[in-house]
Amino acid sequence: MGEPRRPLLAVYMGALFAFLYLPIAILVVLSFNDSKLATVWRGFSLRWYEELFRDTEVLLSIRTTLVIAIAATALSIVFGTLLAFGIERRTRSAALENGIYLPLLIPDVVTGIGLLSFYATISLPLGTVAIIIAHSVWGTAFAAAIVRTRLRGLDRSIEEASLDLGVREVPTFLRITLPAISPGIIAAALVVFTLSIDEFIIAYFTAGQTVTFPIQVYSMIRFGVTPEINAVATLMLLFSMALIVGAYLIARPRSPRAARPGEETA
Amino acid sequence: MLAPALLWWAIFLALPMGLVLATAFFKGGAYGAIIYEPTLRNLERALDPLYVGVLWHSVWLAALTTVICLLLGYPAAVYIATRASARTRTLLLVLVILPFWTNFLIRTYAWIVLLNREGVINGALEGLGIVDEPLSLLYNDAAVVLGLVYGYLPLMILPLYAAIERINPEVLEAATDLGARPLRALRTVMLPLIVPGIVAGCVFVFVPSLGNIPVPELLGGGRSEMIGNLINRQFLTTRDWPFGSMLVLTLMVLLMALLVLQSFVLRRSRQVGVDG
Repeated sequence: MGEPRRPLLAVYMGALFAFLYLPIAILVVLSFNDSKLATVWRGFSLRWYEELFRDTEVLLSIRTTLVIAIAATALSIVFGTLLAFGIERRTRSAALENGIYLPLLIPDVVTGIGLLSFYATISLPLGTVAIIIAHSVWGTAFAAAIVRTRLRGLDRSIEEASLDLGVREVPTFLRITLPAISPGIIAAALVVFTLSIDEFIIAYFTAGQTVTFPIQVYSMIRFGVTPEINAVATLMLLFSMALIVGAYLIARPRSPRAARPGEETA
Repeated sequence: MLAPALLWWAIFLALPMGLVLATAFFKGGAYGAIIYEPTLRNLERALDPLYVGVLWHSVWLAALTTVICLLLGYPAAVYIATRASARTRTLLLVLVILPFWTNFLIRTYAWIVLLNREGVINGALEGLGIVDEPLSLLYNDAAVVLGLVYGYLPLMILPLYAAIERINPEVLEAATDLGARPLRALRTVMLPLIVPGIVAGCVFVFVPSLGNIPVPELLGGGRSEMIGNLINRQFLTTRDWPFGSMLVLTLMVLLMALLVLQSFVLRRSRQVGVDG
């Protein structure tokens, strides 16, 4: 199959990418603008970054968010990996297979409100721990989904050989299965970590007086347009992209991919 | 193996959902108290035209967002899926997904910078002498839909791409070779094959749009209120949790209806695929 030539579609694609990227690009450019006004360019400056790094509220919120993300990722990976293993190796239940995606289908506002009510009922104080638990609920679903795909691609005969040779189940899992699926686990960890750092709605309802980074950004935006947010945006952009590129590099299949029909003649 | 995660979900997902369901049928007392007496008062109140209006407005904006995403996303998905080299396809896909990995609030904020009265677009228009007075581009339904489309477009393109990519191009060629005009080939051959992708994309966009809070808050400025804002207020400002729970329940019922509709559409498209 030859490459279809469709100039109109290519122009459309360019316009679409402009729509997706220009707003973000403008924020990045404005983060280096010496002027407070978005419409005036007064020269290159790092003053908004300096202000940002002097802003103790922002720094504290970053710390809180990192603590939450690390803890929520750890919980999600443990629960998610066990769940993925159980589904792939221990059961043939279709309901369960589809059920693991359920937490991802529930709108954030519903999860947030549900947990807020629940925490109030069992008197679990709102704040860091409450958010960690909340994030691990959907983090587990993401981790299970990602680890599962890796497990499915794994040749079972290696595990079976280990079991046949008399190695018990747990050591087999730890020594054979776990190293084999570790790229999936690392990718899942990066995805859950990134999502936790960005998550706003559920944290907003379960935070109480705790201020996570997205909550801090939200209150800054509500307070008014300030170029400090542009600097925040630029740094977050860099950080997210580094994480995603990292996840891609780790999770990418090592073996050359099976060519699709028609690909060779392209 | 299954027990820890399922137990975790039972406690922190199923129980909270059940709690919201139950709270919706209790009375709200003074100072945010919940009076544990069963009542249908919250349901009656939720059916008040005022609240039904907000719900309807949310459904309308979310549906509009979904349709716009479909129209914008379909050509893009076709373009990416029909690239011959796997490398180009991957690169284009990554480019589509990347903005999605930047913080949602910040992407919403970008539109404030663009659209506000001292914003980039008004500045450009005034600079070019096209307008004398800055235009009010923010705080209306259009700004909210724009923000939602911008936020969720990648979620439409990905499933569409996945569906189109799986189609054997020879099927389309066969249709045109047999004399079908391109549009007809598209409608009768391609469309039934990509219905699952369309349905998935629509669900992915509609669900987070419907329950969205920050976009109507920041870009609608209270003038384009959606159900999420209403729920937010019941819980954090008015502190009428039973009524808020009823609103959450309404949202859930709506979404469940949507999922039923989804499976119905999928089943029909499969039948069409077999019959025709």
